[in-house]
Amino acid sequence: MNFVLKMAWRDSRASRRRLLLFSLSIVLGIAALVAVGSLMDNLQRAIDEQAKGLLGADLAVQSRSALTPEAEQFLNELGGEQAREVMFASMIVFPTSNDQTRLVSLRALDGAYPFYGDFLTDPADAPARLAAGGRVAVLEATLMAQFGLKPGDPVRIGETTFTVAGSLLSIPGESAAIAQLSPRVYFPLSELPATGLIGPGSLVRYKSYFKFAPEIDVEALVRDLRGRFRELRLGFDTVEERKRDLGRALENVYAFMSLVGFISLFLGAIGVASAIHVHVRQKIPTVAVLRCLGCSARQAFAVYLVQGLGIGICGSILGAAVGLGVQLILPSFLEGLLPFAVEFAVSWAAVGQGMVAGLIICLLFTLLPLLPVRRVSPLVAIRSSFAENTSGPDPARWTVYALIVGAVTVFALAQTRRWEHGVGFVVMLALSFGVLAGLAKVVAWTARRYFPKRAPYVWRQGVANLHRPNNRTVLLLLALGLGTFLIVTLALTRATLVAQIENTGGGDRPNLLFFDIQDDQIEPLTAILAAEGAPVKASAPIVTMRVRSLKGRPVEEVLRDNVNRIPQWTLRREYRSTYRSELGASETLVAGEFIGTVPAGTEVVPVSMEKGLADDMQLALGDELEFDVQGVPVKARLTSVREVEWRRMEPNFFVVFPAGVLEGAPKFFVAATRVDDAGHSARIQRAVVRELPSVSAIDLTLILQTLDGVFAKVQLVVQIMAFFTVLTGVIVLAGAVLSGRFQRLRETVLLRTLGANRRQLVRIQLVEYAILGLLAAVVGCGLALVANWLLSAFVFETAGVFAPATLAFAVAAVMTITLLTGLLANRGVADHPPLEILRQES
Amino acid sequence: MLKVERLTKFYPTATGPLTVLKEVSFDLAPGASLAIVGPSGSGKTTLLGLCAGLDRPSGGSVVLAGESIGEMNEDARARVRNAHVGFVFQNFQLIPTLTALENVLVPIELRGEGGPEAEAEAHALLQRVGLGARTDHYPVQLSGGEQQRVALARAFINRPKILFCDEPTGNLDTDTAHAMVDLIFGLNREKGTTLVLVTHDLELAKLCRRRLRLRGGAVVEDVTTP
Repeated sequence: MNFVLKMAWRDSRASRRRLLLFSLSIVLGIAALVAVGSLMDNLQRAIDEQAKGLLGADLAVQSRSALTPEAEQFLNELGGEQAREVMFASMIVFPTSNDQTRLVSLRALDGAYPFYGDFLTDPADAPARLAAGGRVAVLEATLMAQFGLKPGDPVRIGETTFTVAGSLLSIPGESAAIAQLSPRVYFPLSELPATGLIGPGSLVRYKSYFKFAPEIDVEALVRDLRGRFRELRLGFDTVEERKRDLGRALENVYAFMSLVGFISLFLGAIGVASAIHVHVRQKIPTVAVLRCLGCSARQAFAVYLVQGLGIGICGSILGAAVGLGVQLILPSFLEGLLPFAVEFAVSWAAVGQGMVAGLIICLLFTLLPLLPVRRVSPLVAIRSSFAENTSGPDPARWTVYALIVGAVTVFALAQTRRWEHGVGFVVMLALSFGVLAGLAKVVAWTARRYFPKRAPYVWRQGVANLHRPNNRTVLLLLALGLGTFLIVTLALTRATLVAQIENTGGGDRPNLLFFDIQDDQIEPLTAILAAEGAPVKASAPIVTMRVRSLKGRPVEEVLRDNVNRIPQWTLRREYRSTYRSELGASETLVAGEFIGTVPAGTEVVPVSMEKGLADDMQLALGDELEFDVQGVPVKARLTSVREVEWRRMEPNFFVVFPAGVLEGAPKFFVAATRVDDAGHSARIQRAVVRELPSVSAIDLTLILQTLDGVFAKVQLVVQIMAFFTVLTGVIVLAGAVLSGRFQRLRETVLLRTLGANRRQLVRIQLVEYAILGLLAAVVGCGLALVANWLLSAFVFETAGVFAPATLAFAVAAVMTITLLTGLLANRGVADHPPLEILRQES
Repeated sequence: MLKVERLTKFYPTATGPLTVLKEVSFDLAPGASLAIVGPSGSGKTTLLGLCAGLDRPSGGSVVLAGESIGEMNEDARARVRNAHVGFVFQNFQLIPTLTALENVLVPIELRGEGGPEAEAEAHALLQRVGLGARTDHYPVQLSGGEQQRVALARAFINRPKILFCDEPTGNLDTDTAHAMVDLIFGLNREKGTTLVLVTHDLELAKLCRRRLRLRGGAVVEDVTTP
């Protein structure tokens, strides 16, 4: 052992810098694993430590309709300290900003909520002023900034003007990211009636928060009362449930990020294996001499295994350090994204796991090029024509392959915790690598077979480098191609989604939607819109109802049925249905016959249902169901099934009744129109809010902004991970160039001796790296186009965009990176006298 | 010390087996010296490689220092080489990443016997070959003759019973070659080592008491000088 260690150390003398560079290949993969693991540990710890603050209460109960007296009594009997909140979306007006309007999430609050955690505002006394009652409001800080508001300014909510008490910085249970979707505005519940915003059919959530004595077991309580909650159609959330939900969400994010990180590690390990392969080839004469002097095959193998292990250890240590460094800057990326505060501390468990994973993968990949060392014949020392004894298959090679597949599978299973996901990852990884490696082989073969023999020398030499022995074509196409693939897929997906939304409002389609329109407001609204040059393009009455029975069975019974499981939401939700005599523009009949009108007094009403809902409810044409239309039972029969294009900004419905039945029921409306631009939209919204304050509007621009905001955050995370992969590709490229430098050097020196000038030598390299960069970029972009096409066709159900500018930019960027890295790593070779370089390298 | 009987080596080729050594037999007593001579392609290096246990014969046997190495696997032969054999190669074969001293120490360290005593012996050997002041130099910093002297010191560090030399002066100029020959035979006498050398150089061959001439893989002359 002593000899092995000594020899490994001494033998590395001339190549330590190179070996260290090889180790850099795995640094980023390990860094990614350490950073992600450490981040998740910190998040998990924060969740555990701030468990109660996640909900702000011991129990939260919510209902989508006003509490019935029975539900009210039930909640009161639960005891404990209670707080109530009424949540709904509405427009508010900013008189200090020229009466501009904004759709916000209004929260009318009563009681000492939050019971746990801090309600942070600026100034800090705003919650107290809110609790004291009166016409004061706390507005999301982003909203204050957007409209230049300060405490004391007026803000109009519905028919009432409130005074801004302060800006909301954070409140338990929700992340600041929610402000991206819908900024929050808190005001006292006692002032809700004065706003006049809640009418029949308004989309409102009623929440009740509870704080119990410490000895009460909340989990046991909700377990015992689960049936009662269900009967009263109340949803509930406990601290433990919130922890589980958050934990699950985190696990998914963790699995995704660590698997992408693992791809970097995997690529890096391939880079290490490729570099070690070249390193070991150079060491064959040394191994032969050692064998002559009595060194056993195992000892010779061990010498280079120790070097491989050294690379792994160096890479792991550096990787862990970089990973911890990345973690230092992570808080700034995550600011406002999480519903709790996170203190970042080093997670030694994550560091250990990342390092061990890196070391194992690196070691396994190092074994592959090291195996031939065992077979080097001592005869090489006296006859250089002898290489390693490669006759016959080497079972050890297959063992190592099996170990690699096993290790990757175990890792993937450990991350995803679901065997089908883990195996899926391994298969996808193998498939991607297979496609890229296969393409690389085809490229090399084509270059050899079809490149014109009469092309200029510089071109022939550069292209020949793609297919001759020890080429880097496969390695670089894998590393750079995969990185390009990840990043470009992301960019194309984003472009596809944005195009899809823009297309939603394209042509003459509606792009501004009004909702919460009461029965007596539809006419004035139609008039306002017409006066503002945006006549109503589509409108629909909405009648709220619940399902009472399904195929003759009461809903309560179906809910209890554990055999034919029907999703609970389909049975418990409040349906907002419409009635009309014909199909809408975004609907297609897929089964049955759409019946548009029925005579008054029809006993069993023919209804049309959206296909997905009919499938979920396990309903077929002819099946009967009964609705509770605000206290009135209405029998219905499914007579048609529709497919609905939900994305279109038009009134779309799960259940459509024929005209002639629901006209007399309490109802409200939605209406859609088309505006020319943002200014037109703002002008119309101001006019509508002024006349009809309870009517809310949402325009396509807002959805686009929201989507862009959410996408930007997701994209940042994915881009960071993809960046690790691309950077690994660059390091692998540099490693490959340096490890092949010795072989190329002799040739360069020979060309130099035969009279090649520096310019010619540099141009040969330029041709090689430009082709490699171009191929990696083209292959990566090609795969990204395929992936985007698959995602568009099967996930987003839209046409994928081509985005030539994005693709051109990706190709240019990858080529530039490849050229720069290649030229930098090779610098100096053509500048020095041949003899000087040969002596350095020998 | 070395007993070779009906030693044969052939390689399979597309057109049938290619025999490079045909039924060579000889015996060497301890302390004896043997030169193997012959034209290129006559099988000299193959015979040396088989005698030293660097390769396995296709037929016949080799008994080295009392051990039948033809039957052994590669690792067992490596142990025998380490215990009993010293090598000097035509192209020196020093390990480029090790200093002169470290190169000399390799056979001892392979046995796990490195340490101050071994280092002192390596120093003494380097002193003996005239390189006492160059112990920390790397091969690239030494001339061809100096590299071959380091190789000779390495060959003697494990006190071999038998020294195999493959064209030891083939890459050296005449003066350096003479000095090298003096060293090889001087050390051989001092240490009582059996010597087997392969050479084209008939003058060098004449310094050995016994000479085998090969042609086409077979022994065509076996001369022993009294």
